[in-house]
Amino acid sequence: MELENLTIEKIHKGLMKKEFSAKELVRFYLDKIRKEKDLNDFLTITDKLALEQAEKIDDKISRREKVEKLEGIPIALKDNILVQGHKATAGSKILENYIAPYDATVVKKLKEAGAIIIGKTNLDEFAMGSSTENSAFGTVKNPINKTLVPGGSSGGSAAAVAAGHSVVALGSDTGGSIRQPAAFCGVVGFKPSYGMVSRYGLIAMASSLDQIGPFAKNVEDIKTIFNTIKGKDDFDSTTIDSKTRDNHFDFENLKIGVPKEYFGEGIDKDIKENVEKAINKFTNLGFEIKEISLPYTEYALAVYYIIAPAEISANLSRYDGIKYGHAANNQNLLEHYLKTRANGFGDEVRRRIMLGTYVLSAGYRDAYYNKAQRVRAMIVNDFRNIFSSRDKIDFILTPTTPTPAFKIGEKKNPLAMYLSDIYTVPASLAGLPAISVPCGKAGKLPVGLQIIGPQFKDELVLEAAQSFEAME
Amino acid sequence: MISKEQVEHIAKLARIELGEKEKEKFSMEISSILDYIDKLNQVDTTKIEPISQVTGLENMTRNDEIRSSESLPCRQAGEIRNNILEEAPAKKGEYFKVPKILE
Repeated sequence: MELENLTIEKIHKGLMKKEFSAKELVRFYLDKIRKEKDLNDFLTITDKLALEQAEKIDDKISRREKVEKLEGIPIALKDNILVQGHKATAGSKILENYIAPYDATVVKKLKEAGAIIIGKTNLDEFAMGSSTENSAFGTVKNPINKTLVPGGSSGGSAAAVAAGHSVVALGSDTGGSIRQPAAFCGVVGFKPSYGMVSRYGLIAMASSLDQIGPFAKNVEDIKTIFNTIKGKDDFDSTTIDSKTRDNHFDFENLKIGVPKEYFGEGIDKDIKENVEKAINKFTNLGFEIKEISLPYTEYALAVYYIIAPAEISANLSRYDGIKYGHAANNQNLLEHYLKTRANGFGDEVRRRIMLGTYVLSAGYRDAYYNKAQRVRAMIVNDFRNIFSSRDKIDFILTPTTPTPAFKIGEKKNPLAMYLSDIYTVPASLAGLPAISVPCGKAGKLPVGLQIIGPQFKDELVLEAAQSFEAME
Repeated sequence: MISKEQVEHIAKLARIELGEKEKEKFSMEISSILDYIDKLNQVDTTKIEPISQVTGLENMTRNDEIRSSESLPCRQAGEIRNNILEEAPAKKGEYFKVPKILE
């Protein structure tokens, strides 16, 4: 049987009918990753763990025990998510030899569900970047065209799914790091509402924004993974109990908002055309489409580049060369810190730590950090008004990115790189669920349609994405 | 705008050593980011309260109870502790070894 381009459902059926064994399936993926290693999408391949897990599933099948949907499904994890006993580098030299001492909550849940962890994927150092060019272990190449970036920071996970190196993958999204690479690689990528998925065991970047989410080739598989990893966790006090929230909705007669601010200056002509076409398709489902305005959108990126670096500078102060990670081995403590961090961190990480230190320093905190927190509140209100009784919008449609995948080495100026997240950052600041689904091509390159929903209405966003997918 | 001297100062606060050329490079790059960020001054925020998070959760605590090791992410109690100590760049027995602070 053909083992390429399989979905969770097809694998489950194949395993049940004994068309292939879990071990054969895993070997197929491990071989394919190695054969196409020029993509540089994996940093670690966890052969032993994967084959052990596969054997257990095969035993279960041969004993005719009940086998759940995720059992035997290969999954790849971004290398900032901890798998006990395996390296977790976060794409940084400072964690080059770091072995995770415990499993992240999402990993624990995936293992319990029987998913097979096949490896750890490449990323921008500490998830800071939009192209994976900031990885200390080399750039990931876009499987669609190897001269292009796969997007970032979860570029390895997006490329792995697009290249058929894994069935599904997990990434993390702070300002667009799941949705933007999903759009660039032509796969589906979902950032759940902030608080839906535990970050315990995710290497922290900006804690008021970080969220773990899945990549897959279709929305059904995204749903399966999301339903497995979501939920309140004692080890992450920011998680919410989704059962207590009102998730009821009827998926008919819905009102869709299209914010004009997402179609202005800087958008690629083909992207605009494809996304507008996609939006019109929703009228076929009987939905009303309304132009809306989110007036503070244009300030979102500026807010993000104060709040994220501020939180980064605090979170990354833990890399001191004493508890774990790279150490300069200097006899003087101050020198030890200075050298450990100078050698261990790359340019973008140092840039953001310094920017964060600056905006939090005495005399600048009010002008920068406090100001950003206020404008963030206005951006949250923008969305709230649209979704509330005033406009009664059910969900929002926008392009995921202003341009398709760009060339490796093209964006040398940090600010130019930041601008590629201009459409994904607002939903991050407001903690909203948002998904990128493929919607046609700009030339030969995939285009992403972003669906943003009200806070904690993750199921609604997934439902909308699936309905769109069915029309494509 | 942020000068080379200011970059020197914040790099020291952030405990990152920089070379001379790097100081110039970062001063230019951080300045251009700050120029962009300055657009926030166009927004009137006088009546707006700042927010630091979006879930509305506050002071989340758990009961002060002993938990069984099964509820922990590690299979055996104590395993996680040993794994963590294993990662220390320098240790003495069960302690992290730190360079001398007082001369």
